[in-house]
Amino acid sequence: MLLGRTANGLYWMHRYIERAENVARLIDAGLRMALTRASSAADEWSSVIMSAGMRPAFEQKHSAYTARTVSEFMLRDRENPSSVLSALASARTNARMVRTALTRDVWESVNGAWIGLSTLLDQPVAESDLPQVLDAIKRAMSEIRGTFHGTMLRNEIFWFSQLGTFIERADSTARILDVKYYVLLPTVSYVGRAMDNYQWESILRSVSAHRSYRFVYSGNYNPVQIAEYLILDARMPRALRFSYDNIDESLTLLAEAYGQRFECHDGAQRTLKSLAERSIQSIFEAGLHEALTAFITENNRLGAEIARVYNFE
Amino acid sequence: MTPFDEMLLGQGEGDGQGQEVRAPYRLLNEWMKSQPLDKLRLKAEDAERVFRKTGITFAVYGDAEAAERLIPFDIVPRIITGREWRKLSQGIEQRVVALNAFLDDIYHRQEIVRAGRIPKELIAQNKAFVPEMMGFRPPGNVYTHIIGIDLVRTAENEFYVLEDNARTPSGVSYMLENRETMMQLFPELFQQIKVLPVETYPQMLRESLSALAPASRANANPTVAVLTPGIHNSAYFEHAFLADQMGVELVEGSDLRLVDGRIAMRTTEGYRPIDVLYRRVDDAYLDPLTFRPESALGVPGIMDVYRAGRITIANAPGTGIADDKAVYSYMPEIIEFYTGRRPILENVPTWRCSVASDLNYVLEHLNELVVKEVHGSGGYGMLVGPAASKKELAAFTDKLKANPGNYIAQPTLALSTTPILTKAGLAPRHVDLRPFVLVSDRIRIIPGGLTRVALTEGSLVVNSSQGGGTKDTWVLDD
Repeated sequence: MLLGRTANGLYWMHRYIERAENVARLIDAGLRMALTRASSAADEWSSVIMSAGMRPAFEQKHSAYTARTVSEFMLRDRENPSSVLSALASARTNARMVRTALTRDVWESVNGAWIGLSTLLDQPVAESDLPQVLDAIKRAMSEIRGTFHGTMLRNEIFWFSQLGTFIERADSTARILDVKYYVLLPTVSYVGRAMDNYQWESILRSVSAHRSYRFVYSGNYNPVQIAEYLILDARMPRALRFSYDNIDESLTLLAEAYGQRFECHDGAQRTLKSLAERSIQSIFEAGLHEALTAFITENNRLGAEIARVYNFE
Repeated sequence: MTPFDEMLLGQGEGDGQGQEVRAPYRLLNEWMKSQPLDKLRLKAEDAERVFRKTGITFAVYGDAEAAERLIPFDIVPRIITGREWRKLSQGIEQRVVALNAFLDDIYHRQEIVRAGRIPKELIAQNKAFVPEMMGFRPPGNVYTHIIGIDLVRTAENEFYVLEDNARTPSGVSYMLENRETMMQLFPELFQQIKVLPVETYPQMLRESLSALAPASRANANPTVAVLTPGIHNSAYFEHAFLADQMGVELVEGSDLRLVDGRIAMRTTEGYRPIDVLYRRVDDAYLDPLTFRPESALGVPGIMDVYRAGRITIANAPGTGIADDKAVYSYMPEIIEFYTGRRPILENVPTWRCSVASDLNYVLEHLNELVVKEVHGSGGYGMLVGPAASKKELAAFTDKLKANPGNYIAQPTLALSTTPILTKAGLAPRHVDLRPFVLVSDRIRIIPGGLTRVALTEGSLVVNSSQGGGTKDTWVLDD
């Protein structure tokens, strides 16, 4: 038995942990690109802010896209609800609320991450310290995930947590793809054309997939293949298909445990079915932007529907 | 006035050199002497890290900067012998029996008032009195299920009850975490010295609560839940800790509502009824339909369900009448009235400022006394005469004259000291003790309790909200 409020806390705790990590990953990719392409550093940082969906809020506070302004805004600005520090604070508040549902290991890793990182991010981060800071964030998040997978019982608590993680992740990957392709592919005629490698590498880096991509495709960067990889691949942990395999699995296990299926179960399966059956060519033909926009809307709707039927909206 | 030192025999300020060590502390003392000071200090730092990472924090009201603070923990255990403990237990047991008999009487025929043993105004005009409880008898006639009795020691065989906490005593989670931490830091010490366990407390608490489920649910496996005001409450850590350790749900008012005549919690599979609610929400906030209408912390209608015998609330509403500081001064009479025996544990002599002759005495001897608010707690709003400045004494004189009924006064007791670890080594500091008692089908007392320690040299104020710390408390298995 699980309180609705506890399910809510677990779901959001994991969304915020995932968000903190995704934001750190985006900054990491931006830093790498800005370092290798000094001439267009501002463009790279602007693209990072766009991918994070933070452009309007950022431009209200800052006039220039630099490593300093962007990392300040994305890492430690408490007025930005999706900054690493804000996301971490929200994750910890939720974890405190659902403490009784977590193992001591998980709680201590979340609390430890908050204590360590809030101290680390107490002062503005010098550009030279960025790599270490980002590394510390990623390691803290890995520790949380490690204790979570290593110590939590596989029951409803685990499944609601997984739903939070993968709904957030699917949203993040879809948004990154949408923004990057919007910038990189102004017209359909670009599709299939060889482009500057580094642009494509930046997409893959944003989701930490630049190594695995080469392992899977063993060739040059190709926009159609990259989209295929991040949308349809069931092996790639940040792909939409992978996220939906997990969402569907958690929902199915919940339905079995509770002996009841809802509309959200069918909805998730419809999305999964289309990710499993559609080809990347058909997605491009119908319009990548349209497909991703529809996906993001449907993903949000699913999250709201889950909260409603399981009494935690 | 030299305080009683629980470790060292003999008089005067001592550093342990050449002074005889009391028997219960001998093994500990030898072990401490064998440890280099810097190693002990490192252990103390380890302990602080453990506490912070575990999130064993508390909020201090009126201190926005330190939203979550640690209660300082001292690594030197406080030791009580088995013999001392057995006598304390008897006194504690007698006291909680009397407290529950008193509550039952107050909410029924008020025989004690009729007999003229306590004044009528003490009850009738008391803010902690809950008229909605009149004529209602909770399961097992138990009103106060979970009690903390604050004790102080002044000599080898002299213990006093400083106050009874019959509403929602807190601190038991620190007792448990202190032991856990000590066992992690000094496992070898526990092999040398046999200490009675405290870690059974959560199980005891669950058994104790379950045993008083409503009669209609007595044969089922009752559903227990802990009601917390939420994560911003100063004792939230403890609420979550106890729910977790008992394996029951931690609920907030917003999770609960009236469903088919019972109080039920909203779960992912719909509403599930609760049989026993261990509430850590004050009376005034428990039911907006009965008490404060603006309260969002409670459950509308819970008092009706309670009075219909369909949920057990621990502690019962209205138990505050028994731990009021003005009522405290009548505890010797109360114990005799209901148990027919002299109190085993003594009260601290108390002047009631509502009585004119007492007030005159208090005003004349203010610089020797401790003055407390009748309804106060946590060490807020109290005056320690010997430590107060002329200005503070004058200000308090005005307060006393303006509202004498709001205060009681007690002599400044020479609280016993036990050693703490300071930068320079061991040094004595004043302590008190809060044993925790569970009343249900039978009385369960956990050996020991929470020792609170004033960390500042000479200070007598042990409250954590005023900078006090805690220690692990060892009752020897002898």
